Amino acid sequence: MLLEVRDLHVEFRTRDGVAKAVNGVNYSVDEGETLAVLGESGSGKSVTAQAVMGILDVPPGRIAGGEILFKGRDLLTMKEEERRKVRGADMAMIFQDALSSLNPVLSVGAQLGEMYEVHRGMSRKDAKAKAVELMDRVKIPAARQRVGDYPHQFSGGMRQRIMIAMALALEPSLIIADEPTTALDVTVQAQVMDLLAELRRELNMGLILITHDLGVVADVADKIAVMYAGRIVEAAPVHEIYAAPAHPYTRGLLDSIPRLDQKGQELYAIKGLPPNLLAIPPGCAFNPRCPMARALCRTEVPPLAQVGPDRASACFFWKECLGG
Amino acid sequence: MAETILEVKDLVKHYPLTQGVLFKKQVGAVKAVDGVSFGLGRGETLGIVGESGCGKSTVAKMLVHLERPTAGAISYKGEDITKLSGRALKAVRRNIQMVFQDPYTSLNPRMTVGDIIGEPYDIHPEVAPKGDRRRRVQELLDVVGLNPEYINRYPHQFSGGQRQRIGIARGLALRPEVIVADEPVSALDVSVQAQVINLLARLQSEFDLSYVFIAHDLSIVRHISDRVGVMYLGRVVEIGTDTQIYDHPTHPYTQALLSAVPVPDPQARAHRERIILTGDVPSPADPPSGCPFRTRCWKAQQRCADEVPLLAVPQAFSSGPAAHPSACHFAGEIQPPRADSLR
Repeated sequence: MLLEVRDLHVEFRTRDGVAKAVNGVNYSVDEGETLAVLGESGSGKSVTAQAVMGILDVPPGRIAGGEILFKGRDLLTMKEEERRKVRGADMAMIFQDALSSLNPVLSVGAQLGEMYEVHRGMSRKDAKAKAVELMDRVKIPAARQRVGDYPHQFSGGMRQRIMIAMALALEPSLIIADEPTTALDVTVQAQVMDLLAELRRELNMGLILITHDLGVVADVADKIAVMYAGRIVEAAPVHEIYAAPAHPYTRGLLDSIPRLDQKGQELYAIKGLPPNLLAIPPGCAFNPRCPMARALCRTEVPPLAQVGPDRASACFFWKECLGG
Repeated sequence: MAETILEVKDLVKHYPLTQGVLFKKQVGAVKAVDGVSFGLGRGETLGIVGESGCGKSTVAKMLVHLERPTAGAISYKGEDITKLSGRALKAVRRNIQMVFQDPYTSLNPRMTVGDIIGEPYDIHPEVAPKGDRRRRVQELLDVVGLNPEYINRYPHQFSGGQRQRIGIARGLALRPEVIVADEPVSALDVSVQAQVINLLARLQSEFDLSYVFIAHDLSIVRHISDRVGVMYLGRVVEIGTDTQIYDHPTHPYTQALLSAVPVPDPQARAHRERIILTGDVPSPADPPSGCPFRTRCWKAQQRCADEVPLLAVPQAFSSGPAAHPSACHFAGEIQPPRADSLR
């Protein structure tokens, strides 16, 4: 297994108390595999990724427990120096907003080349040649002429390609993409997702795709972990989850997508609001919004239990959910 | 179609590009909107889709008179409102209200919800007499599904979805006939989007509202719209009923746009035909000659560079679902893709 997150807990200390952003998350990604982490804002999907990358803001953040095994080694007990060698070289991250993630006062060539200078000890000249190669690889037209251009001179889609190029520079075995296409238009989103899928196949990388877009997930993922209030509520291969969700939250998300045969009718809407992380409801965090909730759900926290060969659901009544 | 309440004709908005500090001279123009025409019937929802920079938000701003058009006319019940000013303009503006995209920046953080929703009454006191305002605001809160007791709270005490409801309540305050909603749900969480869409649909039938609904999410637009206009680089390239546009698109851009939408069904992954466009949208400061889409179009020929295609019903389709206006020289030859391309 390339990456295994085991029982991860992350907290944030805020003025109003301790916010439990991640409460015991388990997931794993293998080489060449795409895991989609699906969730709304505040579900802990990005915080988990930041903990894996080691870029969590500490403080106010704090990893309160768990293990993150990367190629069998626990990243959390590693020395910062060692960890820095892994980060960037063997695992890399693509952020949502390319414009604010790139340095506006350095040319893209310098930013791409820096990867080689720092991690590989290359000369500036060689690094620049490598940068051109990378820009070619992510299909930026006229790479040789544009290597000296600054981020603001590129369009949104091109900037996201540069982010991808930067993540790929040292051929990592794991890429974490945090909402990589959310800021892009659909036609450009299709280009970028295609590129990412192609490169992932070529280099046999593991990919963690963090998103809230059920359409994108259906297009590229092998397996899915659905997060709610800092926990995984359902994990399953992509085909099974869309065919028959085993958790009412997943079902609600899928049902709220507008469908052709329901035009003019009311959309299914999950009632209520996502929970406040400072005051997660007792029992199942989803119970105040759940159409199936019973007394048990308000007192006991449902564990993420095996419900099929590769499936798990954190709902006491998963059988009912699968059936109905 | 029902009575036309709003009609836009050849609407143009050019932003001048200037050079020099003291002696400014115009060196060009950003052609944000470049000849847009459409009509909106009473009680109807017109969806406008297109990529960022296509001019859809600029059209919205002109409809509510936040921007003055460079040329063209916007008729509200037959009267051109672009030339109005003073009292006459104020009267018209009451009837066309806007709901903004970002519920975080479109509400003043220093004002209470009651003041935000009641502020339109300061400008149009004839709608609600002073003593009656608090009750009106509480009614509005109730209508949009918020607790009327929240009237003294501040925006930061609400979630994104609730804030968007406040924005909608403010839009409704003056009992307008037309609401222009610019990406009203795109800043919201998926599970909250459906709630707000349902609210908008309910308000429409309750208050007989007409909507101009601008969004980039094509499946949401289909769900809520009676008719849909597709914009590209400041122009409407195709317009028709939702079935005409989604199931029988005749403009290559519409086809590409629809095929790029990810379908929430992994079964569809294998047998989907996708048109992946190359390159980016050209700059509206320097649009291509002829058809604006020709630089990314796989059908483009010499004629597309020479002649601007007009928005018209293709002659080949005099009847049937493909018979709707499309601005492509070859609209008559384009085979509409499979009907189930978008669910």
